[in-house]
Amino acid sequence: MKDVFKIGNKEFTNRLFTGTGKFASKKFIPLMLEASGSEMITVALRRVDFSAGDENILSYIPKNVVLLPNTSGARNSAEAVRIANIAREAGCGDFIKIEVINDSRYLMPDNMETLKATEILVKDGFTVLPYVMPDVSFIKRFEDAGAAAIMPLGSAIGSNRGIRTKEIISMLIELSRLPIIVDAGIGRPSQAAEAMEMGAAAVLVNTAISSAEDPVTAGKAFSLAVQAGRMAYLADMRGEITSGAVASSPLTGFLGERK
Amino acid sequence: MSFYDTIKEFKDFDYDAFFRRVSDDQVKSAIAKDRLNIKDFLTLLSPRAADFIEPMAQKARKLTKQYFGNVIGLYIPIYLSNYCTNECIYCGFNCKNKINRRKLSLEEIEIEAKAIKKTGMQHILFLTGEAPGYTTPEYMGEAAKILEKYFASVSMEVYPMDVDDYKFLRSKGVDGLTVYQETYNEDTYKKVHLSGRKANYLYRLDSPERGCMAGFRYVNIGPLYGLAEKRSEAFLAGLHADYLDRKYPDVELNISLPRINEAEGGYKPASIMTDEDYVQFITAYRLFMPRVGINLSTRETPEFRDHLLDICVTRFSAGSRTDVGGYAEEGSTAQFEISDARTVPEIVHMLEKKGLQPVFKDWEQPF
Repeated sequence: MKDVFKIGNKEFTNRLFTGTGKFASKKFIPLMLEASGSEMITVALRRVDFSAGDENILSYIPKNVVLLPNTSGARNSAEAVRIANIAREAGCGDFIKIEVINDSRYLMPDNMETLKATEILVKDGFTVLPYVMPDVSFIKRFEDAGAAAIMPLGSAIGSNRGIRTKEIISMLIELSRLPIIVDAGIGRPSQAAEAMEMGAAAVLVNTAISSAEDPVTAGKAFSLAVQAGRMAYLADMRGEITSGAVASSPLTGFLGERK
Repeated sequence: MSFYDTIKEFKDFDYDAFFRRVSDDQVKSAIAKDRLNIKDFLTLLSPRAADFIEPMAQKARKLTKQYFGNVIGLYIPIYLSNYCTNECIYCGFNCKNKINRRKLSLEEIEIEAKAIKKTGMQHILFLTGEAPGYTTPEYMGEAAKILEKYFASVSMEVYPMDVDDYKFLRSKGVDGLTVYQETYNEDTYKKVHLSGRKANYLYRLDSPERGCMAGFRYVNIGPLYGLAEKRSEAFLAGLHADYLDRKYPDVELNISLPRINEAEGGYKPASIMTDEDYVQFITAYRLFMPRVGINLSTRETPEFRDHLLDICVTRFSAGSRTDVGGYAEEGSTAQFEISDARTVPEIVHMLEKKGLQPVFKDWEQPF
């Protein structure tokens, strides 16, 4: 059976989502997409220059790849909503990743404002993917608001520190009805594999790919790691196995004695 | 609470004594840390740390790649007016200087904007001298409205104002504010700003903070190197950025390191900032504040600018003119001599050769 998952009205078979930021040259974007097979790519609307003709970053993204515009730069829900509307009016589709950040030091998301924007944009017919601080108490609220998936951070954007929020993300995966897409902080393929083994629906990787010396090969490496992690998850692999035989049974030995 | 409290705290600080005690191990430890405290920062600004400039640059490059990627934001200045009522002894616009004074009319601003737009630049910085009678906030507001039609982002480098005037200009579409303190040393400040509104040290010191309060999204600060002792200036500018960054976390802080070129008004710098110092200071800023923006103007030579791009610069001006009306026609006297006269396509070509993506637009109107 094909391992497909759905967000909004789109189906995905590749569980690596990518980004357009930080590349040495925009020409790497289509090459990376081809090498990785990534089917969704996020782009900051603030970097899209519709007046730039062929140099418009969107012209580097093949038509078969789903565009996920993001609201990078928004400090509150009102700004995020306006950015989303500009993106849709400009023909970027109905998908939107909400990023509301008012902390320029660590770029931590503001869940409260993100939730407000989610509520508004879902009502306006957007397919909303909120970028959030992992927080169990918010999961139900995002579900109720109609989010299409939830994107908790593994660690700070661009930090390459891996999944430092692992315990909470495990809880989100367990508790949420929505796909959990681990976003931010994934710096190495092994960390992407780790997220997938945990049961994440997908991961989004930008910095680690775009700032690699060879972003095309890096994209492929992440894609393979995501596939491996996903397969391991589906194989329902056993956890740590104890050494098995124990010489005596101080706790359960009495069971035999009763016979 | 104002940054002035910090200025007072360090007023009698014995920098030389601190620097004499800095050991190689302290420098190495500061370079290795993830989060530097202000003592680490000052350690990296010490003469001793100059011996470690390569490892500092390596770390600075790594952090810049990590947080900003392989991209460089481009901006271009537009001088609206060179009328000035200040007597700053180092500046080409000094009110005592006999130069051609000119203020662009709104029609002329539009002509300039069209000429600049052709270069593809999208982030514009407008500048004026300090002559509130000529260049009123209302005039700047009209200017901003015109510029907003042509450019994705409009910021300004003008005389300090009250919060209400800043809010007014913010409402007219100005996103960013640049205010250079010139010197953090209060005594020196008084000696080089002889008359005019600018002679008020404290009012200028607090203006970046008033800008943050008014809601500007980019705030760009820095001393003008050459007026007072350079290491203490670099240190206090870093503390100023850190103070604003902590207090106004939603504002994107930027640091510039303008240094006096001797051609200006015949002023002889009191403290020479060498190229080595320049590199040491920007790398110290990057290590101290990994996400702070670092701007580089055309005051510096092409060769030097290109090298700095490899280390930790994030914003770069291109195709600049510093005379009033200079894009559409031959303008008036320039504020400072441009050292890098390359055109926008030449800069773009150079960036691409270095494996850096020039970013023209990094802003959206709702911000």
